[in-house]
Amino acid sequence: MNIETILLLIPLLPLLGCLVAGLFRHQVGRAGAHWVTILAVAGSFVLSSYVAWEVFFNDLPVLNYSVYAWAITDGIRFEIGFLVDSLTALMMVVVTFVSLMVHIYTIGYMHEDDGYQRFFAYINLFTFAMLMLVMANNFLQLFFGWEAVGVVSYLLIGFWFKKDSAVKANLKAFLVNRIGDFGFLLGIGAILLYMGSLDYAEVFAATPAVEGQTISILGGMEWQVMTFICICLFIGAMGKSAQVPLHVWLPDSMEGPTPISALIHAATMVTAGIFMVARLSPMFEASVTALSFILIIGAITALFMGLVGIVQNDIKRVIAYSTLSQLGYMTVALGVSAYSVAIFHLMTHAFFKALLFLAAGSVIIALHHKQDMRQMGGLSKYMPITAATAWIGSLALIGFPFFSGFYSKDLIIEAVKLADRPGVAFATFAVYAGVLITALYSFRMLYLAFHGPTRMDEETRSHAHESPWVVTIPLILLAIPSVLIGYFTVVPLLFGGAMADSIIVREAHDVVAQLAYKFENGPFAFGLHGFVTPVFWLAMTGVAIATYIYLFNPGLAETIKQRLLLVWKILDKKYGFDELYQNVLTAAGLKVASGLSRGGDRFLIDGLIVNGSARVVGKLAGVMRHLQSGFLFHYAFAMIIGLVAIVASFVLLR
Amino acid sequence: MFDWPLLSLLIWIPIVGAVLLAAIGNRMPHLVRPLALATALLAFVLSLVVYAGFDASTSAMQFQEKAVWIAAFDIHYHLGIDGLSLPLILLTTLIGVLVIIGGWTITDRAHLYMGAFLVLQGLMVGMFAALDALLFYVFFEAMLVPMFLIIGIWGGPNRIYATIKFFLFTFFGSVFMLIALIWMYLQGGSFAILDLHQLPISLSAQIWIFLAFLIAFAVKVPMWPVHTWLPDAHVEAPTGGSVVLAAVMLKIGGYGLIRFSLPIVPDAAAELDWLVIGLSLVAIAYIGFVALAQSDMKKLIAYSSISHMGFVTLGLFLTFAILRNTGELTGAGLGISGAMVQMISHGFISGAMFLAVGVLYDRVHSREISSYGGVANTMPWFAMFAVLFFMANSGLPGTSGFVGEFMVILAAFHANFWFAFVAALTLLLGAAYSLWLVKRVFYGEVANDNVAGLKDLGKREWIMLTVLAVLVLGVGVWPYPLLEMMEASVQNLVEHIVVSKLN
Repeated sequence: MNIETILLLIPLLPLLGCLVAGLFRHQVGRAGAHWVTILAVAGSFVLSSYVAWEVFFNDLPVLNYSVYAWAITDGIRFEIGFLVDSLTALMMVVVTFVSLMVHIYTIGYMHEDDGYQRFFAYINLFTFAMLMLVMANNFLQLFFGWEAVGVVSYLLIGFWFKKDSAVKANLKAFLVNRIGDFGFLLGIGAILLYMGSLDYAEVFAATPAVEGQTISILGGMEWQVMTFICICLFIGAMGKSAQVPLHVWLPDSMEGPTPISALIHAATMVTAGIFMVARLSPMFEASVTALSFILIIGAITALFMGLVGIVQNDIKRVIAYSTLSQLGYMTVALGVSAYSVAIFHLMTHAFFKALLFLAAGSVIIALHHKQDMRQMGGLSKYMPITAATAWIGSLALIGFPFFSGFYSKDLIIEAVKLADRPGVAFATFAVYAGVLITALYSFRMLYLAFHGPTRMDEETRSHAHESPWVVTIPLILLAIPSVLIGYFTVVPLLFGGAMADSIIVREAHDVVAQLAYKFENGPFAFGLHGFVTPVFWLAMTGVAIATYIYLFNPGLAETIKQRLLLVWKILDKKYGFDELYQNVLTAAGLKVASGLSRGGDRFLIDGLIVNGSARVVGKLAGVMRHLQSGFLFHYAFAMIIGLVAIVASFVLLR
Repeated sequence: MFDWPLLSLLIWIPIVGAVLLAAIGNRMPHLVRPLALATALLAFVLSLVVYAGFDASTSAMQFQEKAVWIAAFDIHYHLGIDGLSLPLILLTTLIGVLVIIGGWTITDRAHLYMGAFLVLQGLMVGMFAALDALLFYVFFEAMLVPMFLIIGIWGGPNRIYATIKFFLFTFFGSVFMLIALIWMYLQGGSFAILDLHQLPISLSAQIWIFLAFLIAFAVKVPMWPVHTWLPDAHVEAPTGGSVVLAAVMLKIGGYGLIRFSLPIVPDAAAELDWLVIGLSLVAIAYIGFVALAQSDMKKLIAYSSISHMGFVTLGLFLTFAILRNTGELTGAGLGISGAMVQMISHGFISGAMFLAVGVLYDRVHSREISSYGGVANTMPWFAMFAVLFFMANSGLPGTSGFVGEFMVILAAFHANFWFAFVAALTLLLGAAYSLWLVKRVFYGEVANDNVAGLKDLGKREWIMLTVLAVLVLGVGVWPYPLLEMMEASVQNLVEHIVVSKLN
């Protein structure tokens, strides 16, 4: 098989799997559906790994080619094509690996569900769409993948479509994402106008010529074209990667089954925005204004969403807010031009966050779909593997030295400190404070779920036990990279030039290169040094607070809550974004809609003009009808009047 | 067989079929449906033959047929097609087959019902193929009659109001067109459309003619604010009537603008493009909101149609604004091709959505959204199709609904940022009203006994929805053939309309 066939097979295998499992769900049955889809994803994973091997170890040159011409019109070629370089290869492996783990896990998680085949079809379809997104070599295909993953996310959040909360959440997710896509599409419009192409390579080549041009939007305000384009594109990323204020859909997306929370709403789809900015680094480098905007949005998300995570009681929602906060970290890294570090954190986060979600899912299976941590506690005795892997995931999340998250998060913080552009001061504060907060909510979750006295009722406790192997094996397989992947890949990926072919940073912005000296003695020395940094002690403070409150002094949480009731209420209300959107914006939109429908269409156009003119004609006709009474003397009388009038007019006018 | 009078066959075969149906219908009712289907299929196959023989590399008229019709006024029976009319003819014959299949269960005077659709189809093809303005006008008006009958006889309870509104609106518009045509005949001595394309006309006259055409075609599109006949007509029309109305008849307005307004009076179009663009943007945004407020599924889809047709009129009239803004023509063809694709795609999607409403209406006899809820529980396959079509309606990439809107929005950005901005609002509004309907009708617990008793799709319904689903996805994944068909004609049109006809 040549490389192009392989690359074509990688997305098409899951698409095929989806069609078989979805359209022939009755013919293949439950086992058939999971075999077909798992084999498809496994095939994709193997082939992706092969491609990654070729890219990273055999120096496969960057591949950039068209698969077919989607449309040629008006001198513009719209193509479907692949760009395969280090960034693509990395993403392909991450996506297919996590997807494979989730597929296997699903056998255990969904085994009682009526929609078993449908679920497998959806996650196969998702894998296809995500691969199309990361492999794209142009904006058209990027947008296709972008919206396609959104649709599958919509279908999966609403997978249990009988639940009202689920179908509310999926509509919300889709519409909020569409706000982002609105910006994204305008950005694409600007790209075509100013660069004359939608092909990445051609657009990058045209970027220097566009730099310095301005666009006038409102009145006399002149925008740098590159700033305009980058901010528009980033608005798309804000929707997909759930950055404030377009983050509101992600916590609600937890209505979907847990496997997809792990796959779509933690590891892959929500990182599409991060990936997009990194992929388009040559463009974003051209606008420091846009990067500052990104930096500030990311910092806000990292800090404030982490805070909300502290007060959540639903185990999945804690992890969801944690995901928001970590996406904020990645965005911050993008904002300081540390694209490769953002991608590095994306990768480590994909493993440990998928792990945390799947561990939470394992708990949820054991407790028969109870998700409230206030009714858990002491679960480590019943499910040791789940507890151990949850610990590993949490340690990686808080950035404990040598765990994968340690390398990626520490480097983000270091990069922010070195950067020099508006917003850095706030971002520095946010990422430091975020470390403490992360440790606090992570260990709060660990203790509430797995340790301390149990708060389960007798019935739940009686059937709480470790999950079957289809669940625990993926946990273990995800735990391994959660520990090791940072240690082994940090130097080659970030400082060995492995991503030099895909991520372009201007020299003046290149904070990552300035960090290389820290790794002169290798990742081990860096890890050891990690124990004496302020970041470590911040994290330990968070752990200590969580340990004291949730393990030793459970009453204290309530006391603090009462003392800081206002703060707690703000956090519990999630700063009121939902209320604002629901009660103000949505309500206003619906008011406008019914106002226009009733006042504009039915009253003004139809009522006054259309039927009004019909009535006028009717009235006129009514009057005229009286003239035709049928009585001869009426007509005779009218004739005489008429004659008199004519004669009179002749006489008078003469 | 390309030298046969294929276009005439496409027009007259369905009409002859209809006459046959009317003649034998009462005596041999069992033959009605097979005969109707055979006629429609034959026409469809012939249209494919035309497609096979079509040369996409030229913008010249092909398959021309010409015969003197009324010698005294130099009126000809003159037919011919280019890349702008062929896609619409293919759409017409395809939808023709689908409505016959869709009307399979009609029992009330089935032979007349199917006959009316066949006549309508023949007339519509004739209108798309006419190269003589008066011939066009005759088809344009004659078409009203079968549709009038379809709604008036097989329609809902309020059908009289709807038919009269429909008839008066469209008739009102077309009278102005006739006056314009006669005026031009007196000036240039010809009714041939291609002659009119070359006829020099002064600016003030052009503006009057432009407005006359605009009234005629705006009603058909329909553009805001002459759109209110459409929701009423749809609500009262039987399913097949709605399908043809939305899928094909609305395209006549767009086709008229391409064939008459732009090339015959380009200077007036350049002067007054702000009017059309403004009305189009109002349609996209305003009507998008109005759609959101509907409680009747057919009304919602009707408003959605108006909003989507806003992209057609917007795309068609971007050329001059692009030229003014950038000084170049790049993007002008994109807008016009986008408008064409939008017409075809809307044909598939709106047709499919009205069929879907028909599927529910046949079972429950209600079009109210509130009569449903949780339909996905009892009709999972149907729900799959419905989600696909409503997603396509909200412009999902990978479906045909995306292609035209995407192209028009990109082109609009070349003209003015705010055009693109308002047009792109459809991303939100389209998704909101489409998916909110899906949520209320298909998701949730089974709402009532009617829904609980629903049976999933029958074979006939499977066929119709599958055909449309394949087309919606096919055009979305590979619009290349469709665009290739029209490219030469679109480029020719753009070059033509930027040359002044004033001298």
